[in-house]
Amino acid sequence: MIVPSPHPIAAADFNLALALLFLAALAPAGIALLNTGLGRSRSAAQLLLGSLVIVATAVLLFAFWGATFADGWTGTGHIAQISGKPWSWAGTGPWLLNNLDTASPRAQLGVLFEFLSLALAVLIPWGSGADRWRLTAGAASAAILGALVFPFFVHWAWGGGWLAQLGANFSLGAGFLDAGGAACIHVLGGLSALTVVWILGPRRGKFPKEGLATAMPGHNVVYILFGCLIALVGWLAFNAVGAMIWLDAAPTQLPRTAINTLLSAAGALAATFIMTRVRFGKPDASLCANGWLAGLVTSSACAGLVSPIGAIFTGIVAGIGVPLLIEFLELAVSIDDPSGAISVHAAAGIWGIVAAGIFAPKEGQFLAQLLGVATLLGLVLPLVYLLFALLNRFVPFRVDPDGERIGMDLHELGGGAYPEFVVHRDDSYR
Amino acid sequence: MKYAGLLVMPAGFFLSIAAILLFPPSPSRAAFVVCGLAVEAMGLGFAIRGHMPGDRRP
Repeated sequence: MIVPSPHPIAAADFNLALALLFLAALAPAGIALLNTGLGRSRSAAQLLLGSLVIVATAVLLFAFWGATFADGWTGTGHIAQISGKPWSWAGTGPWLLNNLDTASPRAQLGVLFEFLSLALAVLIPWGSGADRWRLTAGAASAAILGALVFPFFVHWAWGGGWLAQLGANFSLGAGFLDAGGAACIHVLGGLSALTVVWILGPRRGKFPKEGLATAMPGHNVVYILFGCLIALVGWLAFNAVGAMIWLDAAPTQLPRTAINTLLSAAGALAATFIMTRVRFGKPDASLCANGWLAGLVTSSACAGLVSPIGAIFTGIVAGIGVPLLIEFLELAVSIDDPSGAISVHAAAGIWGIVAAGIFAPKEGQFLAQLLGVATLLGLVLPLVYLLFALLNRFVPFRVDPDGERIGMDLHELGGGAYPEFVVHRDDSYR
Repeated sequence: MKYAGLLVMPAGFFLSIAAILLFPPSPSRAAFVVCGLAVEAMGLGFAIRGHMPGDRRP
């Protein structure tokens, strides 16, 4: 267990953390590739261009507006006194990141970590809206996440806000712990994906009035699986540098954090592989990719806190649970989530947060983790839904039926990702 | 139903927060936090059901 005890970060450690953060940018790259592979070929260019556009939009809004409220480097915040306890609910940082270069090295690393986390978080719902979500609406929703939702939750969890202070104020362990961004990135992104799917509705022909849901497999399994491998590098970096910044881990503790990350993903993949092999007769590539990713997401919460055996266990649980949940959401409650983000990011993230509380030896830690989950489900999800539903009135999310029929590439970009290929007609439109 | 579900979820959150404000560290505090989560789960269930296409609702 890494015990948080803030101290100045040494110059050599700063260089290491900075190098790791540059590698962390591979996580959004992997997710973008995965999202593209899981979508249809006629939407591939729009999905990948959209990844760049929404990341750019979110990052700009965060720099102009959100970082002020996320602030964790000035040591100040908007404080509400409730029951005699200080509840820091928003940061009071300088506008436009002014004077960031005079902040402590740890604070500067923290801000860069937040930018990369945001880039990853906004890509999660983008994959769920594949094949029907307009690029403009996707960018506008990313702006909302980057300016209004992500900054506040990040302040609460990472910026010394009320969730981080649960330990000091209410004797709940070390306060809410989220070193690798399971809550701030994955659950937030996964719950945003759920609201996007609710607002958009399913793809045309996905749920016919008679019979089972139509299978709409991803168009490129190579993208999907290669995206998983790229994401692994990003995750290793995210979890390691997250442990350094938010858990105050020494560099000598980072190999174990990285090994736990790998073990969690490996355990999850093995579980999904065996389960799909037993159930379907052959392993399912895209479900295995989802299992791998679910293991990585789980590790985001607990890689720095659990033992290697604990990491394998949490990964196995995620690897079994996520494919079942994907199936349940599609077949039982008619949720069309092409990338499986709701199960992979929201559900596996919540499991990771809870598991971190179970395996952390500090008293009260489990309750602190539960309160983090309660905040995400009870406050963040309804808020995101409200904001996105309002946005949908001004910037309609869903493309018109004709656009969906010809594909998002032709409709929004005027050209396809694979111009020399003949795109065959979809059976569901006959 | 979907709006009812989305309104129930914040109620669960406030129940969890009230638990840590009102109770000293004790099993009853943990029980109330878990109750808050259960209320949120119920709200989520309502919201999911409310968003199902009409012709596919059980």
